[in-house]
Amino acid sequence: MEYINGIGIISPQNTLPGQGFLEAVVEQTADFLKSVEPVYKSYIDPIASRRMSRLIKMGITSAKICLRDAGIDAPDAIITGTGLGSVEDTEKILGELTIEEKFLNPSPFIQSTYNTISSQIAISLKCHEYNSTFVHRCFSLESCLTDAVLQIREGSAANVLAGGIDEMTLNHLTIIRRLGMWKREAIRNLDLWTSETPGALAGEGSAYFVISSEKNEKTYARLAAVETLYKPSSTMQTASFVKQFLADNGLMPAEVDLVLMGSNGYSEHDRVCNEVIMQSVPAAARVLYKHLCGEYHTVSGFALYLAANIISRQMIPSCMPLLQRKPEKLENILIHNHFRNTDHAFILVRV
Amino acid sequence: MPSRIFVTGLGFISGLGNNAQENLNSLLNLRSGIGRIRHIETSLRDELLVSEVRMASEELSCLAGVPSTEAYSRNTLLGIIAAKEAYRHASLGDHPGLRTGLISGTTVGGMDQCEKYYQDFLFNDSKNAFIDIYDCADSTEKIADHLGLKGFMTTISTACSSAANSIMFAARLMKAGKLDCAVAGGTESLTKFHLNGFNALKILDKQLCRPFDAGRNGINLGEGAAYLILETEEANEKTGNRVICELAGYGNACEAFHQTASSPDGTGAYLAMKKALEMSGKTPDAVDYINAHGTGTDNNDLSEGRAIENLFTGKIPWVSSTKPFTGHMTSAAGSAEAIISILGLVHGIVWPNMNFSNQMPELKFRPVTEMIRGANLNLVMSNSFGFGGNDSSLIFKKYGVH
Repeated sequence: MEYINGIGIISPQNTLPGQGFLEAVVEQTADFLKSVEPVYKSYIDPIASRRMSRLIKMGITSAKICLRDAGIDAPDAIITGTGLGSVEDTEKILGELTIEEKFLNPSPFIQSTYNTISSQIAISLKCHEYNSTFVHRCFSLESCLTDAVLQIREGSAANVLAGGIDEMTLNHLTIIRRLGMWKREAIRNLDLWTSETPGALAGEGSAYFVISSEKNEKTYARLAAVETLYKPSSTMQTASFVKQFLADNGLMPAEVDLVLMGSNGYSEHDRVCNEVIMQSVPAAARVLYKHLCGEYHTVSGFALYLAANIISRQMIPSCMPLLQRKPEKLENILIHNHFRNTDHAFILVRV
Repeated sequence: MPSRIFVTGLGFISGLGNNAQENLNSLLNLRSGIGRIRHIETSLRDELLVSEVRMASEELSCLAGVPSTEAYSRNTLLGIIAAKEAYRHASLGDHPGLRTGLISGTTVGGMDQCEKYYQDFLFNDSKNAFIDIYDCADSTEKIADHLGLKGFMTTISTACSSAANSIMFAARLMKAGKLDCAVAGGTESLTKFHLNGFNALKILDKQLCRPFDAGRNGINLGEGAAYLILETEEANEKTGNRVICELAGYGNACEAFHQTASSPDGTGAYLAMKKALEMSGKTPDAVDYINAHGTGTDNNDLSEGRAIENLFTGKIPWVSSTKPFTGHMTSAAGSAEAIISILGLVHGIVWPNMNFSNQMPELKFRPVTEMIRGANLNLVMSNSFGFGGNDSSLIFKKYGVH
């Protein structure tokens, strides 16, 4: 069995060490939700930090927070998931290159490479162990977790550092807004579910986890299972996939206490999320959370942080609206996420 | 749990040819794919040598069976062509009961279109169809769609070791019982983005690259795609496919040294090769041939050469870099060179390290410079190392040999 023994998260909420579990909700009225960033010099050598872009700093810092939380100096593997890597660095190059090809500053090119985060974490820890990076939309973090579980079951690792990270920029938002699935104007994040305007609210964040083979006093919860589903033919197929996923893990649908919903404010897809869950685990309590962190490829990292804390603290923060009744117990949590109803991902977290 | 992983299909497109047979013919005839830039629109056109696939993207669309009016990146087209070849080679589509996954490595994704239309993306709606094809996952999903695959899929990006790590991850999923078969490899098209990026790092040779030569001066970039079909022994009993060879070992380690440079003693390379060898259950003297990462940069070849000397303390196996044939195919290099190694293993050929003339003073061994035919090869190793010190090594074993 695999356990979540450490968490380090930088998000648009107060999720830094010592800030409690979403006690005071962060309100942002913005085009996208931006991370509440720590003072990086407490975590990264200031000279090295000066050359690093924001995403790399967020990644290294959340990884270090995570290892401290787990009480581990060196992990046995480092695995990162990122949908887009360093958007800021890529934009710097594209901005120059698409006007005129001239000699580039090599730093943004190096940092735009997706594996920079995992390898910079390895460099800062002097860790020569297994190191990899997954870059597949909303399967990115799920692939990391699958890999982490394999590492443990193969006997190659006792503690794996695995995380998901993505950043948003105004330029990138300008571009993806053209696709019609995103909010076209700034809104107050807490109004996401009542807003009259269509589209998802974009966000960002970095969440790392220590996935371990042994339970200890640091354990938050058990990472019970991870599965992905590509291009289901119907909502019904997705729902039966969920039921099979639960059955494979020895659970009846009625035993799921809480579902962290994949809804993001884009009503067409939110309807699908609701249908999938209503058809597969109708009795479970459902909770919305993307008004807290926004939508991005590795947003399930934020959801996993929520699930692990809800189980270990046995409470649901009041900033997350509960659809349906309050659950009687908090032992089995299902996380559903999706990318445009094409890629569906499920994580099961248990007590 | 399945313990043996068989290779039963190959698909390969590069500057050497559009399928595995054409690639083999070029290798046998010592025909390099490296030359002047013909297809990428770049001001570096007359300055750099690259190994381009010898077709414009419109022609590739035709070969891939994609209407050229649709938004596809060159990267995706290359991936579809090579993956289809491998998939048909093993007739995996005829065995719907088997769980087949797709693990693909890439780094440029749809950058070739993005860099063309980026200003439109920012300022108008005219090229919106190309916005969605920018990320790495798009190529993987389109390949899956063209093969009709709906099972497990993911995309790996560890720079120049991406495809090697994809093969490794696929094998691990199969051994864990999550998959029966896999299409694994990588795809990478040349783009203005990374031509300029590598150029800014000053690691591109303006002449033909000379791996392991004392006077080596950098990389010639290349493009293409290469995919392997992997089957567990149990799945192979069902498919009845001819086994080409066995994937006997793999190792992944991290240099943890510098974002773009290798450590002087090649710690990451040493560890990756050592792990792969340990998994194969063989001693260093059992390795007959190493297809080196051998990029032709000062740094890589010294670091890799030392790592080879440190691991193979007795007799050093035949070593060559085949990058003077294919150019450095970056994210596709791992699977492309895996296939080149396998073709050597199957046909008893040690590929020469072309463009070599002067021994590196720091190393005791020299690469193979003339093609060796009729070689008795049982175990071959293929190295792929990436920026960030993401080092991986694969070992292939002749089928039926213990």
